[in-house]
Amino acid sequence: MTALTGTTVGHPHGPERTLVLWCPDWPVTAARVRAGLPEDVPLVLVDRGIVFACSPAARTTGVRRGLAAREAQFRCPELVVLGYDRVLDDRAFEPVIERLEDTTPGVQVLRPGLCAIRSRGPARFYGSEEAAADALVACVAGLGIPGARVGIADGAFAAEQVARDQAPTPVRVVLPGGSAAFLAVRPVTTLVDAGLIDRDLATLLRRLGVHTLRDFAALPADRVRHRFGAAAARAHRIAGAADDGRVVPRVPPRHREVAFDWEPPLDRVDQVTFAIRAGLDAFVGDLAASRLVCTEVTIEVCTEAAAGAGAVHTRSWRHPRWFTGADIADRVRWQLQGAGPGASELEAAITRVRIIPERVDSTADHEQGLWDSGPDERIHHALTRVQGLLGHDGVLTAISAGGRLLRDRRVLVPWGDAVPVVPAQPASARERTATAPWPGSLPGLSPATVFLESPSVLLHATDGAAVGVDERGILSGTPAAFSQTGRTDDLSPVTAWAGPWPLVERWWDLARAHHGHRLQLVDGSGAAWLLLLESARWVAEARYD
Amino acid sequence: MSSFPVPRSGPDPRELAAGLQARIRGMESTRAGLESRQAATGFAGLLPGGALRPGSVYTVDGSVSLILALLAGPSQAGSWCGIIGLPDLSPEAATSLGIDLTRLVLVPAPGDQWLTVTAALADVLPVVAVRPTRRVSEAEASRLAARLRQRGCTLLVAGDWPQAEARLSVRSSTWTGLGDGHGHLTGREVTVAASARSGAPRTARMSLAGGPAEAESVDPPRLGIPFGAHRYSEAV
Repeated sequence: MTALTGTTVGHPHGPERTLVLWCPDWPVTAARVRAGLPEDVPLVLVDRGIVFACSPAARTTGVRRGLAAREAQFRCPELVVLGYDRVLDDRAFEPVIERLEDTTPGVQVLRPGLCAIRSRGPARFYGSEEAAADALVACVAGLGIPGARVGIADGAFAAEQVARDQAPTPVRVVLPGGSAAFLAVRPVTTLVDAGLIDRDLATLLRRLGVHTLRDFAALPADRVRHRFGAAAARAHRIAGAADDGRVVPRVPPRHREVAFDWEPPLDRVDQVTFAIRAGLDAFVGDLAASRLVCTEVTIEVCTEAAAGAGAVHTRSWRHPRWFTGADIADRVRWQLQGAGPGASELEAAITRVRIIPERVDSTADHEQGLWDSGPDERIHHALTRVQGLLGHDGVLTAISAGGRLLRDRRVLVPWGDAVPVVPAQPASARERTATAPWPGSLPGLSPATVFLESPSVLLHATDGAAVGVDERGILSGTPAAFSQTGRTDDLSPVTAWAGPWPLVERWWDLARAHHGHRLQLVDGSGAAWLLLLESARWVAEARYD
Repeated sequence: MSSFPVPRSGPDPRELAAGLQARIRGMESTRAGLESRQAATGFAGLLPGGALRPGSVYTVDGSVSLILALLAGPSQAGSWCGIIGLPDLSPEAATSLGIDLTRLVLVPAPGDQWLTVTAALADVLPVVAVRPTRRVSEAEASRLAARLRQRGCTLLVAGDWPQAEARLSVRSSTWTGLGDGHGHLTGREVTVAASARSGAPRTARMSLAGGPAEAESVDPPRLGIPFGAHRYSEAV
């Protein structure tokens, strides 16, 4: 094994000076800022029951990544546990990048919480590399994100390791040419953490006696390439601080939102929709020119309040295909009209409407096929027309959901909307899946009619008294007569019945608890009913018709 | 005149009528350019022609399950279905009878505009079920019928409708699984009566307990004549 120092042959430039800014525990910081918690609170993010990230305060109490959530709570009783949201990481980092781009252009996002900048320009502007790094740390701290660290070295990988190094100062600079020596003593697994090689290869290298990056860099480059492939060859160059990878700055995305302001304010819906129509067509045309379509928008309506600051009404709308200008105008109209279609007068005059494209997609993903896209297209147009007639909630599609009560199991979604993660009640999404066991739900036949507003019914025992259920869940008498209208003059005999079946939901939560008893019966006319006893009153929950 | 004797044993007029009926139906379906829509198997003996015909109106009396069972056949064959004006409908029951929820459109509360909505949906959906909120006039019905024929849409009406191809109603239902204070409903068998526009009423028993409706005919087929022929022979 010959120590090969000539790995930079063929890479005449060598690694460029790179500045890496690292925000430690970024997922925790993002979640903490989102939840509005103080900085020193012990906080963990949990992903599928396992601690994904923890704050420094939690770490001091012995909480580590990879623990079960329950074990972490045991070690630190005052722990705040939040769910991990990968999207939030990216979303919360966006303002940071924007602020950095204001300070110095050309930022490459390596991953949320970690970004690289070519250091030559900022160093020349601020006078030195240290001064540039101090400026960036101050700029991030200005956003309320403390503890950012900066490392400057040859190449992004070396700079990241410098930033992660346990240095007393937030800024550390490794002089040009010193990166290889800095990296030399690091373990090979550093490459795994940076995503350059996989864990299997790191294990193999350790078994071969290659423990540090110096050992790895000392391997002959051609042998590494032949044995482990191109990715390992690149990791090999990086381990020797000899890679000529450049910082590839991102192109800052354009702000595509569009806003309409009116002075004096408009007070009629048709005025508003007319005024925004041309602007919306231009907005959609602008997206189309960039080969984009918008599939979700947020509409923000500012009204003029009687005293000073107006109210802001925000709502997100999704589209089953993509929005045209007329579609967005429809959504604005529905949002302004609220529940009652046909109302054209508004409660307060509108000063501003802002359209924010929440989700854009490449037109290539929405191109119509040559065949078999016809019927769905026509159906969508007709349903949109009916929605224009009846309002957004007029046309629905059904999804199957879980629940004990039959009306909980019916979840209807307006045409074009996303399937709600949290339907009607503030129960968590996991709680509402149809495949969960739902003890106490109705077995057997599914009734075709489930009453939205359950009508009151009468149920009489053989002795003519109303049937009740005692504390032990036992009927006070045998059901003998039933009236679907709740009047005593049209009682019909009960030919078959079964029950009562207790129904207990959320007994631990007084506000949302629900108790009842169910009973199934077939009446004299041959119709079958599902009755529910709620607060000493029989109602028809469903009819088998 | 006696030189033209009437043959004693000519073709049976019923067979002749059946043949003509078949030819008319063949020409009609060619004009519409659409094939009959396969209803669930249980309805083959009940419906005129054995299937839901495009451009026709069928009324269903007093049973939501029966409507869902009729929709299940086309839905399983890949058609979209629309249900208008049934706010209390349970999607779970629709699934259990075999309707695909991803191709089901509900308009629960169309209010006064139910006829407009029905016409709009009939333009694009192959099968539409509607519960009218008021009695429809003859003129409105024939305007809609022309649209249905043009688009090849089958309309199921929960209630009354002039010029219906057939009227279906549940004569009686038998429940299984429920005893006197024990058990729970597990199955249902219904006797469905169907009367075509001018034919003899027919009945069939079928199970409406989830899964596609299965039926056996109650009355034996008469004289081996196709069902459509009744209309011709008995309307005299």
